[in-house]
Amino acid sequence: MLLTQEQQQILDGGKGQTMAKIMQTLVRYGELYHADAMIPVTGKYNHLVTSFGLKALTPVYELMDQLIAEGAVSGTKFTADPRPLDKNVPSSFLQDIIFNHFMYSKQDFYEEQLQKLGLMEKDAFTCTCYMDEVGNTPEKGDILSWSESSAVVYANSVLAARCNRNSGIIDLMGAICGFVPRFGLLTDEGRKATWIVEVRTTKKPEAQLLGSAIGMKVMEDVPYIKGLDKWLGTLDDEAKAYLKDMGAATASNGAVGLYHVAGITPEAVEQGEALICPDAKVYVIDDAELQRVYDSYPVIWKKKDATPKLCFMGCPHMSLHQLMDWTDRVEAGLKAAGNKKVVIPTVFTAAPAVIEKFNATPYAPRLKETGVILSYICPLMYMNNPLSAKMPVITSSNKLRTYTSARYYTDDEILAQITKGGN
Amino acid sequence: MKEFTGRVVAGGCVTAPALVSHGGLNTLASFQKALQFGDKKATCGDQNNPDLYGKPMAGTALCLPRTIGSTTGGLVLYCACAMKRQPACMLFSEPIDSLAAAGAILQDVWLSDSSMPVIDSLGEEFLRYVRDGMTVTVKENGVVTVG
Repeated sequence: MLLTQEQQQILDGGKGQTMAKIMQTLVRYGELYHADAMIPVTGKYNHLVTSFGLKALTPVYELMDQLIAEGAVSGTKFTADPRPLDKNVPSSFLQDIIFNHFMYSKQDFYEEQLQKLGLMEKDAFTCTCYMDEVGNTPEKGDILSWSESSAVVYANSVLAARCNRNSGIIDLMGAICGFVPRFGLLTDEGRKATWIVEVRTTKKPEAQLLGSAIGMKVMEDVPYIKGLDKWLGTLDDEAKAYLKDMGAATASNGAVGLYHVAGITPEAVEQGEALICPDAKVYVIDDAELQRVYDSYPVIWKKKDATPKLCFMGCPHMSLHQLMDWTDRVEAGLKAAGNKKVVIPTVFTAAPAVIEKFNATPYAPRLKETGVILSYICPLMYMNNPLSAKMPVITSSNKLRTYTSARYYTDDEILAQITKGGN
Repeated sequence: MKEFTGRVVAGGCVTAPALVSHGGLNTLASFQKALQFGDKKATCGDQNNPDLYGKPMAGTALCLPRTIGSTTGGLVLYCACAMKRQPACMLFSEPIDSLAAAGAILQDVWLSDSSMPVIDSLGEEFLRYVRDGMTVTVKENGVVTVG
């Protein structure tokens, strides 16, 4: 890899041994993928995946301490993934003990570290940092050093920024150094589609199901999706929320870092089918294929017909538009069922800044009236422990389904369950 | 006995019994419970991985196609190494994914007392051949012997 004089100097220890090790880490990372150069990070803000003071990750906090002590802090301010705890979310006495005294006992300590390293503001915790209300929205062509798979795939696909699927720590090191190795999704060639996905469904496909099907088929490759523009129309708030959910499913059910949607996403609008590699494979998705994918999900609850004890919506975090839309839907569902409150404890999750905006609308008291709890929590972090894993939790998030024991249902099925009840 | 040659991601020599995952290893789901609750054997906690679930991973030659899951993957591997609960080596049949690569490099650069050789691109035949419990030897040059 060709390094500039400045980069070589850092690597040689010109800015101290810690900076030299950071540069060495990034150079070795790039060399594995045949990176040709280290290029400047141009995004205004960074985003980190590690938001939780998980005791199991103590060595990470020790490394962070080392960086802080050496003055190796992020050159740009950053947002981070959602907090793992919120007292508003239902939990048992035992869960509270496990969460607060064992699992996330380092939360306060870690948040202090993040502030020292460059956290954007004290509540900058969300996986949807790119929402307007949050303010970490990269420009087209920005070079990023982000992690969090759902944020990376959104930034690449919907915003046309450029970012690889970085791991935690690598994300921070790129921001400290100010350079990232150029390979993969940072290059024009790496952004070409090696799959054509033809959507031939008879109705608008469920975002989370479509993303799951695509992810499981193409894995880490780049798909060019045809036939979806018919259902999405233009890239408005509704379409953006759809692509957020679809993208998160492609990234978690597979390892997709970028997708193009014909007629919708910026690069597809600009370059059209010139983005498709000549030997691209074809995957046709029709109603039957979506059903096949849905039916393939294992139910890993001990008692398969257990009554759900909790419902999570918002992994990744919901948009303002989704919160309003779901308020209408829950109200209508309850009315049709003759109920006043949701019959399964239900948590909608969103970014703190989105919640603040939502709370200023007339929808907020209406949603509260339905009994739905609004939280900034990370559902994944709530579920990632043996106690929660034993709970029958339902969700319409394919990411949550993939990483935890939560059971997936479509949006309509979720609505029926929380407003009417029954499996 | 059969020999395979891959690319050295993190160097080192080791001999260990094989533990094979034919699907991708979800790093966070596999290691979190072990790291959280002081399980020195690093028993795999990923219920979605029938090959590994409930089996100790520490000290094994972990053979896999790739890692999958959360982008915390690299730092989870780093933590496993820092806490001495890592596999003896990680052997990938495919080119290494960016999350596992981060873990391999982080432990190699930042942990002076850690050693977890990592070899990738060993090929599909490697994963078809190797079975749980077979003795695996990794050499500095990326040659892996399975017997």
